[in-house]
Amino acid sequence: MSDAAIDFADVQGLLRFGYKHHTESAFALLRVRNRAAARAWLAAAPVGSAEKGSLPPTVLQIAFGAEGLRELGVPAQVAEGFAPEFVGGLGTDANRARRLGDLGVSDPGRWEWGGPAAERLPHVLVMVFALPGRLQACCHDLESHWTIAFDLMRWLSTTDMGGVEPFGFADGLSQPEIDWSREIPPEDHDRLTYGNLSCLGEFVLGYPNEYGRYTARPLLEPVGAAAHLPRAEDAPDRADLGRNGSYLVLRTLRQDVPGFWRYVDAQSGSDAAQRKQLAEAMVGRRMDGQPLLPPSDEVIPGVGTDPTARAKNGFTFDDDAAGVRCPVGAHIRRANPRNPDLPAGTTGLISRAIRILGFDADALHADAVASARFHRVLRRGREYGVRLSMAEALSGRAPQVETGLHFVCLCADLARQFEFVQGAWIAGSKFAGLPHETDPLLGNRLAAPDEPATARFTIPREGCPSRVVDGLPTFIEVVGGAYFFLPGVRALRYLATV
Amino acid sequence: MIPQGHFMVVAQVRAGHEPALREVLARMNAGPGQADPDNRLLPFGRFDTLHFARFAILVDATHGDLAAHGVMADTLPTYLAFLGDCDGPGARQLDEFVRVAPTGLREVFSHCTTFPPDERDLGPWLHARDLPVAAAYVNWIGRSVRRVREERAIAQALADRMRQLQSAAPGQLQHVRKQLVDYVAAEREQGRLAVTPEPPTPFGWWLANLAHAIAIPILGLVALPFLLLYAPIFLWQLRSRERSDPEIAPPPDPAHVAELATFEDRFVTNAFTAMGTVKPGAFRGVLVVVLVALLDYAARHVYGRGHLTRVQTIHFARWVFIDDRKRLLFASNYDGILESYMDDFINKVAWGLNLVFSNGVGYPRTNWLVQGGARNSQAFKNYLRRHQIANSVWYKADVGLSAMDLARHTRIREGLERASMSDREIQDWLRLL
Repeated sequence: MSDAAIDFADVQGLLRFGYKHHTESAFALLRVRNRAAARAWLAAAPVGSAEKGSLPPTVLQIAFGAEGLRELGVPAQVAEGFAPEFVGGLGTDANRARRLGDLGVSDPGRWEWGGPAAERLPHVLVMVFALPGRLQACCHDLESHWTIAFDLMRWLSTTDMGGVEPFGFADGLSQPEIDWSREIPPEDHDRLTYGNLSCLGEFVLGYPNEYGRYTARPLLEPVGAAAHLPRAEDAPDRADLGRNGSYLVLRTLRQDVPGFWRYVDAQSGSDAAQRKQLAEAMVGRRMDGQPLLPPSDEVIPGVGTDPTARAKNGFTFDDDAAGVRCPVGAHIRRANPRNPDLPAGTTGLISRAIRILGFDADALHADAVASARFHRVLRRGREYGVRLSMAEALSGRAPQVETGLHFVCLCADLARQFEFVQGAWIAGSKFAGLPHETDPLLGNRLAAPDEPATARFTIPREGCPSRVVDGLPTFIEVVGGAYFFLPGVRALRYLATV
Repeated sequence: MIPQGHFMVVAQVRAGHEPALREVLARMNAGPGQADPDNRLLPFGRFDTLHFARFAILVDATHGDLAAHGVMADTLPTYLAFLGDCDGPGARQLDEFVRVAPTGLREVFSHCTTFPPDERDLGPWLHARDLPVAAAYVNWIGRSVRRVREERAIAQALADRMRQLQSAAPGQLQHVRKQLVDYVAAEREQGRLAVTPEPPTPFGWWLANLAHAIAIPILGLVALPFLLLYAPIFLWQLRSRERSDPEIAPPPDPAHVAELATFEDRFVTNAFTAMGTVKPGAFRGVLVVVLVALLDYAARHVYGRGHLTRVQTIHFARWVFIDDRKRLLFASNYDGILESYMDDFINKVAWGLNLVFSNGVGYPRTNWLVQGGARNSQAFKNYLRRHQIANSVWYKADVGLSAMDLARHTRIREGLERASMSDREIQDWLRLL
């Protein structure tokens, strides 16, 4: 095994950059019309790499759906080497939909793109990021190159809302820090404190993950076109199609902004301060992004000592087991409970053994959810539609606008990362032992055969009974989505020639 | 206290009868793999001592893995397994089934070999095939179905009541608690809520349990000198096997996974059934028996109060040897999605799983019996999925309740019974509602 430095020129930039200067963006969903022409375009398409340099005016990123690989002529035995979730597809399996909470208004059968119908599945995803004013020309130019190669299903357009999501909250504040320089030893280890630094292999295929293992991906005979692929670190005589690539989840989440603020307003007796407070309790951060908890005394690896970073992400929920400061069911706490492998306790072998064997009642109480480090995702979403202010949303004559988030996340293990967070923590109606509630923002509120209602949200308070708000409507519906493979640059060229 | 019991009838399916048997079993269901509590064959819902039950056809897709050890796998029969967890002895629960639903049981088991034509023989026939559990875990020993239901009703009533009191100002905690205690007392008086007193623990069970609690450590003490002498040899035997035992954990067949997924995640609680072959040879054969016995000891005398080591999401679990200890069956009822169940295995108790399951053919490689193994998360998940068996029928008495809900309800009820509480305690107690 060699742990060579990563070749950034072979990594698509999205894994390393959020392209925040490229405030304009659009995502093209394409279907292959002419295989030869499609391959020809893909073989030469100028994708942006993860190398640092001057800001290009526009950046292209290219990813493939499982259907797309087939259409391009990638042999089935190669495609089968990818994760079964990717091969199966996000919206094509009723069991997956149930597990992820994509039911009712979010049922994949109703999606505007993606979903169970084969003709709605995008084959290729082309993401365009552009500096202000540069997007339109770039998209026109691309379309003129695609006329023979691809059918353009649709452009997913985006809106620069200035780092704020449509409900009005600062977004994208918490991201895992990737161990690009491979400082974490590639072995199985316990983490007794929460850290924000993730092994490279959690997000980039072909490198050791948090278990010190290589996530499954297609390994090929290094002959023919595959000879140009990087070799697998864990199998040096094999060509690694996954190396420097990742899985990309794209979900179009439509947000009901007036619905959100009206509900919160009604629960707060239209009191401005209370209204804001309730909304912030649901999210788990202040609207400006400030956490509801102060930074921990200890420095969190991957957050560091920089005051700005610490102010944003230097906290854990260790001292707030009851959720008095940040409700246990708050959105950000479900999405990342910020806990280590073992509940906090004194160091020392005996104390550790007691917690491992489950004899420490307090530790057990905090242990329903653990090991956040195995369930991180890297978010790269962009807002779309018309931004409504809170005042407009509450005015009663808010226009029926279409707005939301094209949620994008990257991970190396779809089942353990995206699907786990979405299925067990966001959509799960028993997260951390909380009964009858799912994510206050993303929950589908649907009754299950054994769960009459999941429309509650509990706000624990100090010195008095918890506040329970009930009857939460659906604020967010899923209206499209698919799984993609974001290949390394050499893998991209291989897929265009195989 | 009513101790929980277990039954597991394992009967050989008649050649060619599997499809017909599957059809009969499907008739018990309201949804994929989910029993209709009022089904006409075996109306599970009518048995107020039954916590969980399931039927599964034990088709072993992995027994052939023995070939990797250079052993020719013998052809083992396909079994129908009928297993469940109940209050009181499992044998008594079986008698109840026979009493209430003889026709349905006959219809099911008539697809098995040696099924008796005489109606009176049904009970003895079932008892004869009721396999002993090698190890059984009960989330809360002594918590009966009745207790679960009474506590659920109290918790629900209090939660509803609490909403009316939500506006209670800070500093009124004692007052709030008093209102709630009085409310429940009044409701009990009206017969709308109940707390049935615990019946006395059966003396025979108590004695046997105590004897077991003492006997195993004594046995260990007696064997200690020998074990110490044997330890170096044991470690050598173990390590040489760990280095060479084949690991068989290819990705599971997507069609198999799809079949399993159709009945998963429909309810808060899910049922897991898996079967594997014990590695050939005396070393593994003895080791697994000893380790499962120790596991049973821990489950009976150390745990059984809401958690098995760090895992708080398992209602019942059991380990049963079948075919003369050639194979081991594991069955459990757990909360949440399978991915999170497997993650608990991997991240919280990998060492515990490794101890037992590393004696199974194909298990991901362990080091020193506890390290590695399940920590090779992808191989471990593949291994589990490959060995998992689709349940044909599954019944849960108290749908909607997770094991943590049950523990919460118990703490709510206990809080009512306390003579007094500090403000701090009331605060914590109210948070349970």
